[in-house]
Amino acid sequence: MIDILINVTLLAFLATTAVAMARMTNLFAIIMLFGIFSLLSAGLFVVMDAADVAFTEAAVGAGISTVLMLATLALTKDHQEKRPLGHRPWLPLGVVTITGAALVYGTMDISSFGDPLAPPQTHVAPYYIEQSMADTGVPNMVTAVLASYRGFDTLGEVAVVFTAGVAVLILLGGRRKKQRLEIEEGGNRDA
Amino acid sequence: MHNLILRVVSKVLIPLIILFGLYVQFHGEFGPGGGFQAGVIFSAAIILYALVFGLEPAEKIIPKSILHLLASFGLVLYAGVGFVTIMLGGNYLEYGLLGSDQVSGQLIGILLIELGVGITVASVMLIFFFSFAGRGRP
Amino acid sequence: MEFVLGHYNYWVVIFLMMVGFYIVISRGNLIKKIVGLNIFQVSVFILYISMSTVENGTTPILKEGFEVYSNPLPHVLILTAIVVGVATTALALALVVRIKEAYGTIEEDEIHQQDHSL
Repeated sequence: MIDILINVTLLAFLATTAVAMARMTNLFAIIMLFGIFSLLSAGLFVVMDAADVAFTEAAVGAGISTVLMLATLALTKDHQEKRPLGHRPWLPLGVVTITGAALVYGTMDISSFGDPLAPPQTHVAPYYIEQSMADTGVPNMVTAVLASYRGFDTLGEVAVVFTAGVAVLILLGGRRKKQRLEIEEGGNRDA
Repeated sequence: MHNLILRVVSKVLIPLIILFGLYVQFHGEFGPGGGFQAGVIFSAAIILYALVFGLEPAEKIIPKSILHLLASFGLVLYAGVGFVTIMLGGNYLEYGLLGSDQVSGQLIGILLIELGVGITVASVMLIFFFSFAGRGRP
Repeated sequence: MEFVLGHYNYWVVIFLMMVGFYIVISRGNLIKKIVGLNIFQVSVFILYISMSTVENGTTPILKEGFEVYSNPLPHVLILTAIVVGVATTALALALVVRIKEAYGTIEEDEIHQQDHSL
């Protein structure tokens, strides 16, 4: 019972934070709220018995993501979001409402939260839970599945992280001074 | 300096954060944790150092060239374990062949690839931070 | 009541998803768009973890005395998705920094004006 209570409260907090982020225009405040949002979702993952995921979300979402966004904000120096002049929220609001209604209609068929007989629980999961100790000797099933059963998948993920690192280096690693000089030279030529 | 407290506290905290990162890395088979989390925690320690003491001292601890090497080394270590198991006559990433029996081989394989994941994730996160923070320098 | 409690998670997930979607399609500021995408992403994480939860279950780490564990497979998928998510977010933010350097603004409308593309 206490689980459900914490669950409901955390989800309500998440929804409130998300709405606050949508309504605010101060980018610094939005980014700090995003850190809070990530931390709240990490708490929610603990309540839903996903310790590894909560751990990662707390370290990555609330830590590294927020730091990177703040660094971007410091580089772009625009701390206030400008509202477009002819801004009408009704069209996007309508699109979002219709999409949301269709998705809620889709949830009617989903088996309810925590149901031990739901389809995700009855196919491959029992095998992992019963066999992972005998197959790999690792008590943490998440690590066993991550590193052993789905080793190819994780190799791909590491390759994605590496590629993103290379791409960021290409975009931001070079010298900035050169570009500025070129722009100045271009400006002179125009003059 | 204004942030004397910050400096003293972070000097105490940073070794503990790195220790915790190592614990998460090598204890990931038995408790929550693993290469992904450990890498992020380890990079958080260096980022904290850079935020408190400045970017140049942090870049002295881990020079960029070593960071670039480490990022690729982790991926090569992971993929290399797969090639070693092929050399030993098995399939790609079939850890059972690395040890004397199935379970001990699995433990060695998982330890090695988690190490590869941790090294790559930690150095890529640091590359992100240094790229963004270094961009602001005049 | 039971139906509502059993589906409450999914409905809040859809609400969060739609808030993220709304931010992405209605706002012109590029950093805010990325925050919106991240909200969308977190809502998908919560959807997966909600599906993996089993009543009276525990964290999937084997220990004597526990019989019911939650499903470890969605945990693995989301664990890696979070780290890949921060990598793609960093890439998007790097693009924002370069756009700011090239155009002097991160507002979509002003970029379109400069390009005469709208």
